[in-house]
Amino acid sequence: MTARVGVVTFPGSLDDGDAARAVRIAGAEPVRLWHGDPDLHGVDAVVLPGGFSYGDYLRCGAIARFAPVMGSIVDAARGGLPVLGICNGFQILCEAHLLPGALTRNQHLHFRNRDQVLRIEAAGTAWTNAFQPGQEVLIPVKNGEGCYVADPATLDRLEAEGRVVARYVGGNPNGSQRDIAAITNEAGNVVGIMPHPEHAVEALTGPSLDGLGFFTSVLKHLVGAPA
Amino acid sequence: MTTHPDPALRETPGVVPQAGPADDWALGVDTVPRAAGTPEELQPYAELGLRDDEYDRIRHILGRRPTQAELAMYSIMWSEHCSYKSSKVHLRQFGEKAPPSDRLLAGIGENAGVVQVSDELAVTFKVESHNHPSFVEPYQGAATGVGGIVRDILAMGARPVAVMDPLRFGAADHPDTARVLPGVVAGVGGYGNCLGLPNIGGEVVFDPCYQGNPLVNALCLGVLPVDRLQKKDATGPGNVVVLMGAKTGRDGIGGVSVLASATFDEGSEQRRPSVQVGDPFMEKLLIEACLELYDAELVVGIQDLGGAGLTCALTETAASAGTGMRVWLERVPLREPSMEPHEILASESQERMLLVVSPDKLEAVLKTAEKWGVLATAIGEVTAPSPDGQPGRLLITWRDQMVVDVPPGSLVDDGPVYARPMREPADLILLQADRAETLPRPSDPDALRETLLRMIASPNLADKTWVTEQYDRYVLGNTVLAQPEDSGVIRIDERTGLGVALSVDGNGRYARLDPYHGTKLALAEAYRNVAVTGAKPIAVTNCLNFGSPEDPGVMWQFAEAVRGLADGCLELGIPVTGGNVSFYNQTGAAAIHPTPVVGVLGVLDDVAERVPMGFVPRPAGDHDQLFLLGETHVELSGSEWAWVTHEHLGGIPPQVDLARERQLAELLAEAARVGHLSSAHDLSDGGLAQSLVESSLRRGVGARVVLPEHFAGGSMPFVFLFSESAGRVLVSVPRGHEKAFTALCAERGVPWEFIGVTDPAAGALEVHGQFRIGLDELREAHTATLPRLFGGAEAARVEVEATRTGTTTVLPATAEQPIDVDPAEVAAEPIAQAGAAPAEAATEANTAAEAGDEATASADVAEAPVADEAPADTAEAPADEAPADVADSTADAAEATSDPDGSVTATGDPEQRPAPDQH
Repeated sequence: MTARVGVVTFPGSLDDGDAARAVRIAGAEPVRLWHGDPDLHGVDAVVLPGGFSYGDYLRCGAIARFAPVMGSIVDAARGGLPVLGICNGFQILCEAHLLPGALTRNQHLHFRNRDQVLRIEAAGTAWTNAFQPGQEVLIPVKNGEGCYVADPATLDRLEAEGRVVARYVGGNPNGSQRDIAAITNEAGNVVGIMPHPEHAVEALTGPSLDGLGFFTSVLKHLVGAPA
Repeated sequence: MTTHPDPALRETPGVVPQAGPADDWALGVDTVPRAAGTPEELQPYAELGLRDDEYDRIRHILGRRPTQAELAMYSIMWSEHCSYKSSKVHLRQFGEKAPPSDRLLAGIGENAGVVQVSDELAVTFKVESHNHPSFVEPYQGAATGVGGIVRDILAMGARPVAVMDPLRFGAADHPDTARVLPGVVAGVGGYGNCLGLPNIGGEVVFDPCYQGNPLVNALCLGVLPVDRLQKKDATGPGNVVVLMGAKTGRDGIGGVSVLASATFDEGSEQRRPSVQVGDPFMEKLLIEACLELYDAELVVGIQDLGGAGLTCALTETAASAGTGMRVWLERVPLREPSMEPHEILASESQERMLLVVSPDKLEAVLKTAEKWGVLATAIGEVTAPSPDGQPGRLLITWRDQMVVDVPPGSLVDDGPVYARPMREPADLILLQADRAETLPRPSDPDALRETLLRMIASPNLADKTWVTEQYDRYVLGNTVLAQPEDSGVIRIDERTGLGVALSVDGNGRYARLDPYHGTKLALAEAYRNVAVTGAKPIAVTNCLNFGSPEDPGVMWQFAEAVRGLADGCLELGIPVTGGNVSFYNQTGAAAIHPTPVVGVLGVLDDVAERVPMGFVPRPAGDHDQLFLLGETHVELSGSEWAWVTHEHLGGIPPQVDLARERQLAELLAEAARVGHLSSAHDLSDGGLAQSLVESSLRRGVGARVVLPEHFAGGSMPFVFLFSESAGRVLVSVPRGHEKAFTALCAERGVPWEFIGVTDPAAGALEVHGQFRIGLDELREAHTATLPRLFGGAEAARVEVEATRTGTTTVLPATAEQPIDVDPAEVAAEPIAQAGAAPAEAATEANTAAEAGDEATASADVAEAPVADEAPADTAEAPADEAPADVADSTADAAEATSDPDGSVTATGDPEQRPAPDQH
């Protein structure tokens, strides 16, 4: 049976169509979820896409975390549902306390869009098991508030527990502490990533096909997961 | 909010509520009955930019004096930017000379032209200006420029899918450029990124002539199923008029502020911001809501609100259907409850659309709006034309008082039209005689090498990544090519691979030297930029940026430019589908270079066949062959080289032969289709040298170039590398394809020359017998300029790092701090940085800033920007210009680009927008 991967649309979500396309190219069935509907429609995994949910007003992700759908996602994630938050989705996961730390304004104060090399540090998560540890991948980054910050103890713990999923290589595009581009929760089912793997899934439109690995990973994870 | 739908009125919309004139002023509004009873009352029409004869004409149309609200409406609808009164007589050529096209679903006069590209799909695109607001308030001016053009595209029934932004600034090292550019770029990015539209190209040009008048043009591309095309007509008496989107505030009403009634307190002046403020989040919701309404076939007509706000939307939708309208103005949701009727009608608050909805669909419409969290309010209804066959009337009440009773067509179609006097500028002959071909040229290898490095680092030719990486080019996942490629290419059908290519180009220097041919050159360049991707060019849009039309010299330039574009499109066989005019881009008596910006759209049947600009990496031992297509002449006048190295502008721009451009385009499309091309790159500013460098750096693949024999010796190698002859393209051809390719060139009559090979292993660009420069050195020269000039934020980063981590001792950076960061990057703020930098930048980049004079002049401008640029007194217009009666003449092609919805808003329109401090 084809895995069903939910993609949430908040008001102001922008990369929801791209995330759904990536899910489809990876071989799964994308299921569009609506911010106002707490029903997850039985999906096997969820992607919180990039964009400017609620205009990024107040603080990125701060309003989205209170959307009805998020209540269901937080509960399901604590129960092991694989959740990937990309860019704005990462911000929402931090606001929802599924992941520690916060994403703040890029240190250079500009929005920045470039093709970025990442090193996969943790290949054991639900979203990165298709990669080799240490593998370098090329993924577009594009954000205005992508600077990952946390207190030193949290950063130490993330590193000690192998929860830094990916780091920026060859230049840090936003000033993130310890070059952190992606992190995961303790169980490894929830991943937040600032760059956009959904923009690297077709040779025609992306700088590489490296992004596809995040989506095929979750399929692999689901096959291996107990029903 | 007081809503007062009087059922009796709804059924008999012609009835005017009666109220004694004596009561009205107490209510603070000037009513229709009061206006009829007080014909002698003085009205500030001159301050609103209306001439005596224009005001008389309004009284004649109405048979009485206008009310305040009506006066406000006429003054903005008859302003230059809404009525196109100075340009109309010229723009009609776009219709008259239009080549036949069976692709055009909507053309001139609509919000944007719509072109069919397959059985099911059509695209719509248009470019507009937002120049003056962007000088006053760079971020919001640029942001709302994007917002405005996006709504134009949305109003046609299309989903906006990409934006582009041709930008022009003053000298790169001028302190005020460091204020304007970062704000404009952040505004374009801030709005477009938040809207989820990829930015796929544009221009960043520096020239002192734009110091007080930066040009911020914005283009949007949209895609729609052909059967989803929307109309703006308010048809169907009884249909409901719905205002959807943001609340209405006092944004952009500076122009009618003189109408503040006597009941206003003294502080009212401060309540009128005249630059609009954008909310891209609201616009994103508006887009989704509109598209859902279209798909469910819930709207009869739709119009965006841009320049002239509600006034324009109400009158245009009614006028185009010949119907009338009854509007209850107090139903309009307001941000500021104290707003008066004329302010509500003139407000240019962003993110609003006007819908015409049949009553049985109203509930569904409101529900859709609610789903997306967008306000939608029924504010009126469509009324029938009068029984005698005359168009209906627009009746607007405010709390039961009739404040407007006008024939809508009189505002839209019956505005004044001027055949303004034109005269070739007196200095043009001398300017043309001062040819750049006589300037000293580099003639030895060292000088040539140095010239190349200096040219690629000059602000206009330097890498623009500092700007473009502030834009999202990936969102929506259909961007096949984006800047710095010659064209942006967007896939519009994932199933078939169908796509479009878009390029916008302009060259103010060429147009200054010869507006007719300069405009054709801009058209040729945009056309060629589309063609090099392998696409077939099919349609044209334009944004015509000029000085004051009251200056006969400027008017002559304008007329020549329009004639050039219309002739050029006829020769190329592609129609102009829409556009925009921006006048009054001048500071005092000094106008900008005439700057026609031309956008060309092409179709690619399969975007997988698109040809990129960069040389292609090959395995060891393999390479591609380089060919130069077209002919190179000694054409240096108006060139980037003449400007950068001699601060020279004079002579006659390069020849343009559009028949040859057409042959070239056909060749490129065919060669791309059969796989002869690894890369193709247009030659324009900076000539072959620039193209070689760009194609090499794109993917880090060098080249070895051999000079053709007839370019050997003396300064001929220089001419070969830096001449700006038109109609040329640099292509790389895979081994094994050379014979077929050159045979195809011969067959198509396109001159070609073998000029070398790519050299994937060498990591250098070599011109045989002249120089060899490593790609690293080229890259350093090419990419350092903009960060050095505008990289203030890099310094901020250093600061933040120091403050936050406490691990370093770096102090807030200043140019004096000896820290191991490029000192030029370290200035704390753009202003401070630019203030310190000019000397260095002028030396290094040698941009021809007329340093001293320009700086002084512009400093004045900065202090009183609006007053300086907006010579508002049109009463002084030359007496010999005859206001023609245009009842007939506007009917057809004159509407060309007359698109009065004009999200263009404030662009240089003193009539609409006198500076608050001027009056």
